[in-house]
Amino acid sequence: MANTTATTAGGGDFTSNLGRIYGIYTGGFIAFIILMAIISAMGVPNRIIGYLFVAFTITIYAVIGILSRTMQVGEYYVAGRRVPAIYNGMATGADWMSGASFVGMAGTLYLLGYDGLAFVLGWTGGYVLVAILVAPYLRKFGAYTVPDFLSARYGGNLARFIGVIVLFSCSFTYVVAQIYATGIISARFLGLDFNVAVYVGLAGILVCSMLGGMRAVTWTQVAQYIVLIIAYLIPAIWMSTVKTGVPIPQLMQGQALANITALETAQNIATHHITPFVHGGYNALNYFLLILCLMVGTASLPHVLMRYFTTPSVREARVSVAWSLLFIFILYFTAPAYAAFAKWTMLDLVASGLTPENISEKAGWMMRWAAADGTLVQICGKAATDAAAIAAACAEKGVTALSFADINLNADMIVLATPEMAGMPYVISGLVAAGGLAAALSTADGLLLAIANALSHDIYYKMIDQNAPTARRLVVSRVLLVLVAIAAAYVASTKPGDILAMVSWAFSLAAAGLFPALVLGVWWKRTNSAGAVAGMIAGFGICLYYLLGTRYGAVGFYEMWSGLSAAPADAVAKYAELKTAWASAAPDAQAAAWVALDKQAQTIANWWGVKNLSAAAFGLPAGFLVMIVVSRLTREPSLAMQEFIEELRIPRGKQMMEEKTV
Amino acid sequence: MATPDRVSYWNKTRSLMFVMLGLWVFFGYFIHLFAVQLNNIVIFGFPLGFYMAAQGSLIAFVVMLFWFARKQNSIDEEHNVAED
Repeated sequence: MANTTATTAGGGDFTSNLGRIYGIYTGGFIAFIILMAIISAMGVPNRIIGYLFVAFTITIYAVIGILSRTMQVGEYYVAGRRVPAIYNGMATGADWMSGASFVGMAGTLYLLGYDGLAFVLGWTGGYVLVAILVAPYLRKFGAYTVPDFLSARYGGNLARFIGVIVLFSCSFTYVVAQIYATGIISARFLGLDFNVAVYVGLAGILVCSMLGGMRAVTWTQVAQYIVLIIAYLIPAIWMSTVKTGVPIPQLMQGQALANITALETAQNIATHHITPFVHGGYNALNYFLLILCLMVGTASLPHVLMRYFTTPSVREARVSVAWSLLFIFILYFTAPAYAAFAKWTMLDLVASGLTPENISEKAGWMMRWAAADGTLVQICGKAATDAAAIAAACAEKGVTALSFADINLNADMIVLATPEMAGMPYVISGLVAAGGLAAALSTADGLLLAIANALSHDIYYKMIDQNAPTARRLVVSRVLLVLVAIAAAYVASTKPGDILAMVSWAFSLAAAGLFPALVLGVWWKRTNSAGAVAGMIAGFGICLYYLLGTRYGAVGFYEMWSGLSAAPADAVAKYAELKTAWASAAPDAQAAAWVALDKQAQTIANWWGVKNLSAAAFGLPAGFLVMIVVSRLTREPSLAMQEFIEELRIPRGKQMMEEKTV
Repeated sequence: MATPDRVSYWNKTRSLMFVMLGLWVFFGYFIHLFAVQLNNIVIFGFPLGFYMAAQGSLIAFVVMLFWFARKQNSIDEEHNVAED
């Protein structure tokens, strides 16, 4: 009924058989898991199991990638626009859920309790904005890239160029983080050197996207979604069954929360898991601003928006957003349950009378993780590498019975370590590793394609050589894809320290730089090119200034804006003290004094106490304001442009941007 | 062309957009302003404030989007601008 677009014979066969193909695939994957469980029970070593999991899944993605190779522009950029809503929803789910969502989300919820739910809300609610404000209209226009739309609506290459800059800055940091995540997972589960692992991950990404562009990425992302959701649900269901006897973790989370609160009270833990606005510096203001930035960022990130260019119709694009959110929801409403069960398990462990002497016997897994990386598990403030290290650290602090606060687990290890925490067999660990890889690879594919498409389509084809023949455009696109991928892998291999913070920045940058131009472009006819260009520069500029200023130029930022800082008096006093110390420090001690001063400045350099993570709180309103004011002050758009907007708002009719597709 | 039918189509589309935006503000922000108070109500072990942020609002978003897709489609058909 809905899928009435004419399809070529081959494509039609494929799309009408999708249910069967992916059904067989899912069954095959489950059979593979069972096979692994059997050979693991027969005594095949864990490392081999890990290798088989990763090799099997990556081989499948590679086969799909190679089968989907194409030399047609329309197939390469938008998968021929015949991806049914439900499969596009699955692909968007995989595109959206990054390595960080899979690996880090439950851990963040474990550490931040209620306040971590800002991420759950922010990363789901944004799809409401995608559906009602942006996606259907971009689909009607028929763009290949987001800057394509900006250029058509705001008449020219300036708006296109600014769009490409915003797109590049938010997507590149994001893709570095994904490659970093694939490196971490491969290193830990396959025992490869991190630097080698990064390039192995890179190969896995390229084989999916290079030959077939969007078409290949779409069908591998669907396959990756299936792997990652199975890998996420099984440990959670397992843990719920062990703890409560009922295999529905989302429901039994209630029981877990009640137990957590009771145990926290019994152990005199002041900040309860369920208490709002008290964890990790998230007061109510920062909690709500973070939700806003993540939601608006979702509705502006080009690698997400471009997924809706691939549906057969505007109607399907709307339905597809709903399916996307449903598939994302399945993971995101499991994450808080995951966190609650992990926390319950840990509190139980502590309540059982944990001491530095018996910990190696009661929770040996902690030492194994700490031995892999000392920052992952710290007990009594030191890396918990073995029983002796724990005993020494605790003796130094005078701790004889361990409390919950003495055990410090890193957010990124909670999901990966859960199988061991709950005593599951190794095959589950292998499955979780395959799931984490699927999540990171699928997001990396989408991001790389967004960047390479913008560079090849917007910069090369539209701005440099409008007469380029199709074959050359596709070659340029592939070469750029490889170059960007190698650059991202290189940056990832240097292990940049701020990688996780940068991912959150991507949302603010996209929100401030693109959202006003996209929304007003459809919903307010009076927006003209001068307004749009000024607004994008203002929004993106202020956002970037706040991000970089509060992070890398904190002292200067604070000196300039101390009147707006919400720092408490004692923090300001400490800053003044460190500043005097720096000014009077001997030449050889100055560098160290500056580091201390800068560190303190980072905690107080802000406007009204808004966290750096939520920089779009300033950039977004500034973008809207400048766009509206400048548009009002300059001439209204031409009649032809107003007709264009009328046309954009109506689903019926041909898509507006026609491309030569031969 | 801005024919009367097109104007009425766009008015309805815009109203639907504002209804959705209102619901979005309600489930995304407004209800969580009262998280502390809602947490005093406990159902199946879930404090209600926590439940709304962990599951309730998410379910609302998903239901809203499917409802929106249907509703907008019927507006399209009513005004004869749906795709063939």
